[in-house]
Amino acid sequence: MSQTLEVQVWRGREDGGYQTFEVPARDNQTILDVVTHIQRELDPTLSYRFACRVGMCGSCAMTVNGKARWTCRTHVKKVAPDGKLQLQPLSNMPVIKDLVADMAEFFNKWTRAKGYFVPAEKPSTDFAMIAPDSPKRQEAEVGIECINCGICYASCDVVAWKPAYLGPAQLNRAWTLVNDERDHGQRDRARAVSGDAGCHSCHSLQACTERCPKHLDPAYSIAGLKRLTMKAALRGEL
Amino acid sequence: MTARLELWLWIAARLTAFVLAFGVLIHLITVIYAVRGGLSATEILARTQGNVAWLIFYVLFAWSVAIHAGIGTRTIVGEWTAWRGRSLDMACLVFALYLGVAGTQAALGLF
Repeated sequence: MSQTLEVQVWRGREDGGYQTFEVPARDNQTILDVVTHIQRELDPTLSYRFACRVGMCGSCAMTVNGKARWTCRTHVKKVAPDGKLQLQPLSNMPVIKDLVADMAEFFNKWTRAKGYFVPAEKPSTDFAMIAPDSPKRQEAEVGIECINCGICYASCDVVAWKPAYLGPAQLNRAWTLVNDERDHGQRDRARAVSGDAGCHSCHSLQACTERCPKHLDPAYSIAGLKRLTMKAALRGEL
Repeated sequence: MTARLELWLWIAARLTAFVLAFGVLIHLITVIYAVRGGLSATEILARTQGNVAWLIFYVLFAWSVAIHAGIGTRTIVGEWTAWRGRSLDMACLVFALYLGVAGTQAALGLF
């Protein structure tokens, strides 16, 4: 690898452009290290998001050489062996400034997909006993480790083509709740994830599954929602 | 359009795809069989005229195409252009009806 990295960084809003920085190359350097170097040493006005630095919080996702990635868990060596980097904010979201994307709509869609637990009207008097190896718990297990980083959403072509589409992370979350036996919002959720903005718009391109840093499978969850809603419709329950 | 109707359109698209998968297979096998000794209108009409089974097959095929193509065109146009909403729904409905009616007419013409 060369001694310096040539880093093109998106500056400004949607109508902004790239600014090139030269950053010293180091061993075991992550993309987040590069961005931090730029802000601390070269240009303190650069805006970007991060928190945990260890792949737990999901806030540092950006587009790195064309693909959405966690910058904290992406080594420069792995994605830019020639020492050339191009950094942009996440796709499919408005740009606030530089590398910061506006995730408001992402989380609004989370709510629209009923991606939250709905309790029974009366508080339960006892603990819900869910066997860890029960089929539904196992189905929920597939998608439950999502940390809302937005990488699948930024990588999804259907989100780009159809702005109303709820998105893979949102539908994946809905799938975990569909399999939560304690949840009492099932019918509303099945309606929320149906139709044009919901799971039926998914073309199973599987970019979400390909890019998920946690190796979750939102495409599988969406396929599950398609089956579930189809069965409910055929039974006249939707 | 309601989520419920969208869901039914999705189911209709899947079911018609299922019919088309078999229909195309039967169609291709028939084509290969039919052209063995040269293709002529007389030969085709000899096979289809008065044959209720072929009439049912082609009418079913035509309406599966109409439903599948109507729904699919709506999806593709909605994704690739800015045209969405009621006017697109209506245009695709007219397109689907045209395909179905034209296909049925063709099938009846052979009967």
